[in-house]
Formats: sequence, C-alpha cells, structure tokens
Amino acid sequence: MPLFIQLTLTGLTNGAILALAALGFVLIYKSSDVINFAQGEFLLIGAYVIFGLVAQFGVAWPLGMILTVLIAVALGIAVERLVLRPMIGEPIISVIMVTIGLASLLKAIVGAIWGTIPQAFPAFIPSAPVKILGASVGEDRLWAFVIAIAMLGLFNIFFTRSREGIAMRAVADDQQAALSMGISVKRIFAWAWSIAAVTASLGGMLVANIVGVSGELAGFGLRVFPVVILGGLDSIPGAIIGGIIIGLLESYTGGYIGEGLNQVLPFVVLIVILMVRPYGLFGQEIIERV
Amino acid sequence: MISGIFHSRYEDDMALRRTHAQKIRLVILVIAFITFPFFADRYSLTLANQVGIAVIGAIGLNILVGYTGQISLGQGGFMAVGAYAAGLLTLHFGMPWWASTLIACLFTALVGVLFGIPSLRLKGLYLAIATLSAQVIILWVVTHWTAVTGGNDALVVPSPTMFGIKLNKDFNFYWVVWSIALIATLLTVNLFRTRFGRAFIAIRDQDIAASVMGVDLFKYKLLSFAISSFWVGMAGALTAHYRSIVTWERFTVDVSVLYLAMIIIGGLGSVTGSYLGATFMTLLPVLLTNLGRATKDTFPIMETILPFLQQGVFGLVIILFLIFEPEGLNKMWKNAKDYFRLWPFSY
Repeated sequence: MPLFIQLTLTGLTNGAILALAALGFVLIYKSSDVINFAQGEFLLIGAYVIFGLVAQFGVAWPLGMILTVLIAVALGIAVERLVLRPMIGEPIISVIMVTIGLASLLKAIVGAIWGTIPQAFPAFIPSAPVKILGASVGEDRLWAFVIAIAMLGLFNIFFTRSREGIAMRAVADDQQAALSMGISVKRIFAWAWSIAAVTASLGGMLVANIVGVSGELAGFGLRVFPVVILGGLDSIPGAIIGGIIIGLLESYTGGYIGEGLNQVLPFVVLIVILMVRPYGLFGQEIIERV
Repeated sequence: MISGIFHSRYEDDMALRRTHAQKIRLVILVIAFITFPFFADRYSLTLANQVGIAVIGAIGLNILVGYTGQISLGQGGFMAVGAYAAGLLTLHFGMPWWASTLIACLFTALVGVLFGIPSLRLKGLYLAIATLSAQVIILWVVTHWTAVTGGNDALVVPSPTMFGIKLNKDFNFYWVVWSIALIATLLTVNLFRTRFGRAFIAIRDQDIAASVMGVDLFKYKLLSFAISSFWVGMAGALTAHYRSIVTWERFTVDVSVLYLAMIIIGGLGSVTGSYLGATFMTLLPVLLTNLGRATKDTFPIMETILPFLQQGVFGLVIILFLIFEPEGLNKMWKNAKDYFRLWPFSY
C-alpha cells in the first residue's frame, strides 16, 4: 500500500507537469490548427533562460521569472510572425515540418550557447522529501503540482471569462465568422503562441528544478503527444485528464512491472485509443464534406 | 521557339522520356553514373553509397507521403526493421545477402501494413502521431528484446559476398546500391502510370471523393504502406550489409525527420525530387563539416559549435524551403529549365 500511494503521488505530480506542457499544444491547435512539434524546445529555452539569468548573471529569482516570461512572449510572437504566418493555408505536412525545423533550430541555438553538459539548476523550491500518508515525495514535486494545477485553473478562467479567451475560442471555431465579428485573427494567433511559449517555459522551470537543465528537457515534447492525443487535441480538460492518466500509467508500470516499459506503454495506449476514438477521448469529431 | 510538345504516335506520348532534351540528359546522367566510381576517391564513393541508400529510402517514403498523402513519422523505425531483419537472417541462418535483403523487405512491408491499419480511421496530424508511436514502439522493442537483437550492443553482420567478391567494399557496393536504386526508380515511376498508383494519387487529393468513385480506401492505403515500407526496409537492409554493423542509434526519430525533410526539400510526389532531396540532405552536413574545417583557423569557435551549426542549418533549410519554395528542389529545377527554354522571352 505505501508503494501504491508513493506511485500515485509521483504519477500525479508528473502528470500535472505533463498537462501544463500539453496545454501549450492544445492552445495553439485550438486557435490555429497547428501542432507545434517545437513545444519541447520552448520548454528547453524557458529552463535555460532562467538558468542563465539566475545562475550565470545573478539576477534575483522573481525578476528572473518575469524576464523569462517576457522573453517567452517575444519568442512566441516572433515564431508566429516569421515562421507560421507564411504557412497559413499550406497542407498539414508543411506545417508539421516547419515546426520540426523550428525545433531543430531552437535546439541548436540553445546547444551553441549553453553546451550539452547537464547542469545543476539553482533550486528555487526546496526538494526535501515530505511525508504524505506514509509515502515520501519531494517538496519541489508538490510545488510543481500545485503550480501546474493553479496555472490550469487560471487558463480555464481565462478561456471562459476574459474577452481575449472567448475571442480565441471563437477563432478556433471558425476563423471567417470570427473575422466578421471584428476579431483580429492575427492578434489572436500572436496571443496563442505567446501563451503557449509562456506555459512551456514555466513548465521548463518546474521540470528543471526537479531534474536539472540539459538537452534532455526537449524530449518532454515527445512525451506530451500521448497526453494530447488521449485527451483530444482541442480539449483543455482533456489535456489535464490526459496528463494525469499518462502520469499515473507511467508511474504504475514503472513501479509494478519494471522500468523501461513505462517509456513505451503510453504510445501503445495512444494507438489503441486512436483506433477506438480517432479524435481522442474529449476531442471534437470533425464532419468532413467534399 | 517552342510552343509545346507534340506527338503523332501514342507510343511517343506514353514514353517516360518524351523530348530530345530529356533523352540527352538521361544519357549524360547514365554515363556520369557509370564512369564516376572509376575516377572518384574512396571518400566520395562512401558518400555516393550513402546517397544511394538515402535515395531508395526517400523514394519509399515519397510513395506513402508524397503520392498517397499519408504522413509518416515512422521511417526510422521501419528502416530499423529492415536492417535488423536482414542482419539477423544473415547472421543466424547464413542466408546470402540478397535473400536476407529480400525477406527483410517483405517483412518490413508486413510491419508497415500493421502500423498502417490506424490510417483507416486517422488523417493528418493524428496519423502523424500514430506513426510516431510506431517509431517509438519499434525502437523500444529493438533495444529491449535483447535475446534477439542484442539490445544496446551492435549487431555484427557477416560481409556480403557474391561470386566470391566482397560487396561491402565501397567500389563494389556502389554497383549494388545504384542498381537497386535504378530498379526502385523504374518501378516507382511506372507504378504511378497504373491503376494502383492513380488510386494512391486520388486518395491524396481527396480521399472521400476517391472512395465515392470506387477506390477502396482500406485496400489502397494498406497497399501504399506495404510498397513504401518495402523500399524503406530495403534502405535499412542495405545499411546493414554495407556497414556490417547494426545499431539502434542509426534509426532514431531524427532519421524519420531527416527523410521527411529530404522529400519535402526535394519535392513531394516526385521521384526526381526524392533524388534531389536525398542528395542535398546527405551532402549538406558533409559540406558544413568541410566548411567548418576550412574556417577553423579564422574562427576557433567553429570546432565546438559545428554540431549545433549542422543542426541549426538543417532546421533553417527546412523552414526557408517551406516558406519560399514549398514544392522543393524539383520545382526549382523545372523553373530553371523553363527559364532557359523560353529565353529570352521568359513570359
């Protein structure tokens, strides 16, 4: 039983971080029908920028965080404006490929500046283990969980209450109808990309705090695919539930069956789910007409 | 001044090479290919062999992605299947290289069909991610099924021989790989002049319309996966025989991305494009390495950032091509031909 609680806690905290990273995917997909294969690299950049600011330039934590968020916003807008806007109306494969190219470029830039050797992250959240129901879990993981859940809650409010959030959902639903209602689709795209970059860089900070900064962080992008597919590419609650399911699944298989299997099982589940429900558990089915 | 291409016989109209210019270019190309290995040094031959393998793999991927419109991120995984199957068959059953290659290709086709089944219900992004999981699953099996594949250890394959000649020497392998590339080219070019190939193109252009017109989506999508995976498996099997060593690092998701980049930069839905793209993407890192070595003295930083420069240029090239010439090198080649054909009246 203690093992079960331990695994559940680990799974939940990992799942919350996965959900946070998945949120960026869903945001971009929802508003612009683009899937961003560079999401993992956004995470990487967020982690390295705050690492550079705090550990290398000695900026204070709160200021460093604000600066990182600002840089993420700038990055998101730049990517949208320079790379994705010329891709509007191009076939899906071009859009996928352009974000893959972007991923490669961003990873190279990070590598050229900071190298590939993993470095210890100056912890801004203490990592001392905390006992819960007989199981111990790092305090940083708990904080990551709380922050991730809080962020997801905030986004939910943003999408249901704020003007911009509702406009974004309108654009996602039908770009032309949104345009005729006076919504600037271009501005909404810029919003979506900068929000995605911000969530990814916050996710990057949380993960880096737990495992340190290294090029491996970009691999997070790959792990997020089962999450978004499980929940459906266009569903925010789906991203949260998918994240938690995948987090728990990884944790249980790792603990009960053996290490190693937990890397591949999410992808097996992904294929099975796609066979049964091609639009994910919570995704919207699209009716196609010729 | 040419105003168009006119033929008075059906045979001429249906020929693969229809104009004199095309025939002359083909002859020049064939002569260049035949004479090349006699003049080239060992390094250039190695590169030529790598390009040849890449061409076969790119043609295979282009059948699936460029002609049938089914996006696949599983190329690396399917190549791994071909390479390991060929290597294991030669190693454990002592099969001659050609037999193990052929069986490995058929086996890869089978695996391709298996992972192609989700394509019946999935399209676009969702299919891309399903094939990405095929890549992850295959590589996981390869690295964890230690009893058969050797896991993380390299699989050492006996050298391929034919008529007592060792084939994995650069000079000898050149003829093997480029003859197979020639066969792949002829079969693929002709495939799209048959009922099957036209059905593939119809599925790419509009699958629902194709099914309304009587194209059996189930059958043709799986067939496309099979034919494509056959050639992809061939590229993998040839890698195994050429290198004599099979390791999983050669078949990661980066390889899938590299091959997709080849066919996009070369030109989707074009065999010429597969050639151009495979050549370009294989030689680009080599070119950058040489550039790095040449400028090492002026920019000492070059040595440390070279791998990142390669990675960054790779990404940048993809982005720039997609923004400025989405139809790839093939289109640029056509534009160049048109320019000279119509010169000086380019309008």
